[in-house]
Amino acid sequence: MQPINEMRLEFLSKSCNESFARIVAAAFAAQLDPTLEELADIKTAVSEAVTNAIIHGYENRIGLIRMDCKLYKDSIAISVSDEGKGIENIEQARQPLYTSRPDMERSGMGFCVMESFMDRVDVESEPGKGTSVTLYKVFKSPSK
Amino acid sequence: MQVKLSNKGATLIVGITGELDHHSSDSVRRKVDAEIMKSHVKNVIFDFSNVNFMDSSGLGVIMGRYKNIRKLGGKMAVVNPVSQVKRVFELSGFMKIIEVYENIESAINTFAM
Repeated sequence: MQPINEMRLEFLSKSCNESFARIVAAAFAAQLDPTLEELADIKTAVSEAVTNAIIHGYENRIGLIRMDCKLYKDSIAISVSDEGKGIENIEQARQPLYTSRPDMERSGMGFCVMESFMDRVDVESEPGKGTSVTLYKVFKSPSK
Repeated sequence: MQVKLSNKGATLIVGITGELDHHSSDSVRRKVDAEIMKSHVKNVIFDFSNVNFMDSSGLGVIMGRYKNIRKLGGKMAVVNPVSQVKRVFELSGFMKIIEVYENIESAINTFAM
């Protein structure tokens, strides 16, 4: 399926960019006239993916995070990619309440939130190379 | 994001304005913990009336404060979360263990009982 619109954003893995990234993704999705709840879903999931890249991918070092958004007739696909340390065990990372950083008072709910707020979440990762998380959302009543 | 602290008896009221994510949650943690350390706070109310967004990092900070308050024998309540915030709380199962109220007064009244 061909996207009807695409955009790509690159930004530094600074925590102040978490809100920037989720607002940009929601603004791009707004072209399809989603509901406020669908926009909130997108903001929440993007926030989780970007926070993971900052905390776990780059472990708070500064690197580049890329966000690729593809808009289809009635859906959006958002990929958040880093070139950080990667995930050794993706299945474990996706478990609710699992956190690799118990020292940091993390809730361990990041992937669980992404899966619950979006329709599908794909994770590709290679230790030492980086991680790419793709979030899919189908809109119930898109404008066109 | 802004954090406003006020006291009503042994209850600390934390009024947050803005978005509660990984970036902003650290200052909430520091301010609330400092207040709990220095004064005779027993219970904590988080007023979410002006919070328009929370993700799992924000949730982590609220859950962390809950654990601390419980250890000290106190209670915690959340006031007036918007639907997005409520959904993150619900997903975590946190809604089953903390009290959610429509306004600060009803939360305080329950603490007094």
